[in-house]
Amino acid sequence: MTVAVEKPEPAQQVADAAPELKSSRRKVTRPMMVGAILVVWLVLFAVLRGKQTLTLAAADLTGLHRWFNDLNDSVGANRNSNPLFLYFFNEIRLVIDNLVTFVQDLISQPSGDRPLPQIGWLGVVGIAGFVSWAVGNWRVALLAMAGFAFFGLQGLWQESMDTLALTLSAVLVALVFAIPLGVWAGLSDRFNRIITPFLDFMQTMPTFVYLAPLTLIFLIGPASAVIATVIYAAPPAIRITAHGIRSVPETTVEAADSMGSTRWQSLLKVLLPMAKRTVVMGVNQTIMAALAMVTIAALIDAPGLGKTVMQALQSLDVGTAFNAGLAIVIMAIVLDRVTTASSTRAEEARNATGRFLKWRRPLLGSGAVGVVVLIYLSHTYLWAAQFPGDGTTGSHIASAADSVTTWVQDNLSGVTNAFRNAITNGLLNPFQSLLTDSPWWLVGAVLVGIAGVLGGWKVSVTTAVCVGLLVGTGMWSDAMTTLASTIVATALVMVFGIAFGVWMGRSMMVDRLLRPTLDAAQVMPPFVYLVPFLALFGPSRFTAIVAAVVYAVPVAIKITADGIRDVPETTVEAATAAGCNTWQIITKVQLPMARSALTLATNQGLIYVLSMVVVGGLVGAGALGYDVVAGFSQGELFGKGLAAGLAIVLLGVMFDRITQAAARRTSA
Amino acid sequence: MTPAQTEVPQRRGTPQDSAPTPVISVRKLWKVFGPKAEQVPDSEELCGLTRRELMDRTGCTAAVRDVNFEVSPGEVFVVMGLSGSGKSTLVRCLTRLIEPTSGEIVFEGEDIRDADAKRLRELRRRKFSMVFQHFGLLPHRKVVDNVSFGLEIRGMSKAERTKRALEVVELVGLSGYENSYPDQLSGGMQQRVGLARALAGDPDVLLFDEPFSALDPLIRRDMQNEVIRLHHEVGKTMVFITHDLSEALKLGDRILIMRDGKMVQCGTGDELVGAPADDYVREFVKDVPRGDVLTLRWIMRPAVDGDALDGPELGPDVVVREATRAVLAADKPVKVVENGKLLGIVGDEEILAVVAGQEGDA
Repeated sequence: MTVAVEKPEPAQQVADAAPELKSSRRKVTRPMMVGAILVVWLVLFAVLRGKQTLTLAAADLTGLHRWFNDLNDSVGANRNSNPLFLYFFNEIRLVIDNLVTFVQDLISQPSGDRPLPQIGWLGVVGIAGFVSWAVGNWRVALLAMAGFAFFGLQGLWQESMDTLALTLSAVLVALVFAIPLGVWAGLSDRFNRIITPFLDFMQTMPTFVYLAPLTLIFLIGPASAVIATVIYAAPPAIRITAHGIRSVPETTVEAADSMGSTRWQSLLKVLLPMAKRTVVMGVNQTIMAALAMVTIAALIDAPGLGKTVMQALQSLDVGTAFNAGLAIVIMAIVLDRVTTASSTRAEEARNATGRFLKWRRPLLGSGAVGVVVLIYLSHTYLWAAQFPGDGTTGSHIASAADSVTTWVQDNLSGVTNAFRNAITNGLLNPFQSLLTDSPWWLVGAVLVGIAGVLGGWKVSVTTAVCVGLLVGTGMWSDAMTTLASTIVATALVMVFGIAFGVWMGRSMMVDRLLRPTLDAAQVMPPFVYLVPFLALFGPSRFTAIVAAVVYAVPVAIKITADGIRDVPETTVEAATAAGCNTWQIITKVQLPMARSALTLATNQGLIYVLSMVVVGGLVGAGALGYDVVAGFSQGELFGKGLAAGLAIVLLGVMFDRITQAAARRTSA
Repeated sequence: MTPAQTEVPQRRGTPQDSAPTPVISVRKLWKVFGPKAEQVPDSEELCGLTRRELMDRTGCTAAVRDVNFEVSPGEVFVVMGLSGSGKSTLVRCLTRLIEPTSGEIVFEGEDIRDADAKRLRELRRRKFSMVFQHFGLLPHRKVVDNVSFGLEIRGMSKAERTKRALEVVELVGLSGYENSYPDQLSGGMQQRVGLARALAGDPDVLLFDEPFSALDPLIRRDMQNEVIRLHHEVGKTMVFITHDLSEALKLGDRILIMRDGKMVQCGTGDELVGAPADDYVREFVKDVPRGDVLTLRWIMRPAVDGDALDGPELGPDVVVREATRAVLAADKPVKVVENGKLLGIVGDEEILAVVAGQEGDA
């Protein structure tokens, strides 16, 4: 036997031994062990309650936080002398700043000695329509023009254009990096192996936490916002581009090789054209992610609609928040529809009759001339530059939203409050006090134990490290409060996810009805979910939980539904033939067989819920989310905010590892 | 197991006797996948192992093991084997779509393995072209643009290559579909596009990798006839990979049978049926209607004293099925005569042995 063959064996044995050990009494063991851990916890909680809870008052700081503050100060002091900043970070910031300023000058901000941007509303609406038509079709062009005109009617023209300017700049930068990297990852297995863990990490990381370290380096403002957005929005494009390149059938590439094409010819004539549709889908994902992040980047002073929403949320002005939130939703819909239409355009054009195609080019040309005229008009004349009217539609919308809110609060507060209090007092509070009032080492041990039972010893080691680091951040108590909300929210996500997922998975009709709604919901920037629930429930932890649930539920439903649908038809048929009723089929066949999909849904649900923690901090969720938000606004809390962000990442990593390992186990 | 190069009977029209210089000659070709693959062909010990043993010993898979053959100009050379026998790897080695591990591939006096990247591309552009099992068409291009793809790669001007492509499209019977997209065509028609694409560059050698395996039986028969027709019209040298014995017998001037990467037998169809090299081949050809493949040469017996030698005459390469009626109708044995020389005689007994034996097998 050679070494090469011997090597995998020990690992193999370990992997085999673990399930074998349990296989004899497996049915009872795992749930029982978790139950035993929880019982021990409850008993010890009763005895040790309130001891060693590592509570930290709102204004208190630990050494680490002060060190972060000092770091911040010293970075601030040396920003223009340290060579790393002088020649690297500052240069990047300068380039990005120039790009953003350039786009803003064009469409949103007063430019030079002009009181208005270079291109007024008429020009922008014209460009939006023309581009949508050229890359998509006339239907999305109309949608785009109507959507853009609506921003003006809402009185949010400038804010919308700021958001658009940031989004476009970020998408541009993201794609400049992402598409070549994606092509590279598609062509080279080795590069793909190198980059995949980074992409995984970037995507599991709760979305909004890298804002803090970025402001440390790039200062608060549009540059940081764009860079954060690029980091957040590039991974899907890289991944999807690589996937597109990889899914080109091997025979086709081989056929091109067999005809003597060079690598360039294969890439340009075969791989890229065949992957085009997938790449455009990647661009779509990038644009949607960028829009979501740009609105969140209001936390670090990025201009635009996000800022309007955030300020309105902080002053509990539901009407204004709703109006601006609506603008975000419309922008999301427009951008999504246009890019989706462009990804299907090639195919539609192929099936279209030739007669129409012949006219396309002259029509495009005359359209371009028309747009140039509109741009000229909007550059020269005030009426075309400044959106007419004073946004009365916007104030109507705001006051309507306000009156609905008032009505709801007057008439439904009994129901909503009862619901809120039931969940808060019945589920959230006891659970939270269990987590926050237990000694930290007890909670840590419970987490490590459960991780070990569900995911194996490797995961329990990871969990132990995460617990240690969490204590190190000094944010233990806040982390436990956030954890309580997160787990309650995830539990709710799974309740809805399974209920709707099973329904969708079993009925094609329900699937057809629900799926577009879920797709649309996934596209929305998370910010906008807060608004209606703030109206319903007022600022509280519960509002944040509900918003997080609504944000995370679509993905959980979709994964569950796919899992249910993947159960082989014959198995269901066999169960029916054996006389199972519907309930028995669901509980005894479909759900057990979709177990790994359910675990995956839990994993994704958790990640989505965690990424809403910071956003929830804006509407009274407190704890880590609040710490992060406060860190941006108050200099002395910067360090604490950074530590809180770190704590969110640690929670995210911990639960991602546990649920993924559990998913691997259940699918094995 | 030594591959049997059966030389016994000469068949009519076999290119061996007319053109001695082969277009392609493959010598000691090896393709081994796995770590340190290049050591395997050099080591006598490793060469002797079976595929399985080699896998266990070194972690290597030998897809092609010590294969030798020559293809004559204008010949249809068929490589036949079951899946996993290494036939597809073999044909890819010919143009180094898969890099061979060792051995020689001599094409018109030049060892292809010595060609640098540029020369190799040149060979692929001008000399070889290939038809694939799953077509490998470009879905975003019209039929005519798919056919002219190879010409485009060479840098031919648009007008010129479109003209040529339209000619070839007509040759393969796709006129009227020039402006369709591949996914609007049936499988058989898609493969015609593949065929047209291969012919467009006017290569010396056409390589077919199980081109009709993905098609249903009726279409497959049409396409086989199409290949026979094209072979008559353009007379290209063809190397044809298949797992279907009847296809091999129908198309092939000579057939190479592969098993586990090794060549088992190489010869004409009637040689495989008449003189199988081993039990593997025998099992393979068991169900072949022998009367359709064997010629009189295979069943004649030497004339002995007392045989009536005034019966009708037939050539030695007449297929048994065609001769059956004549032999059974004659009341004397049929003489098998080549160039005026009596080779042997065939009587009712010999004919019935073939026909009856064939029924017995079935």
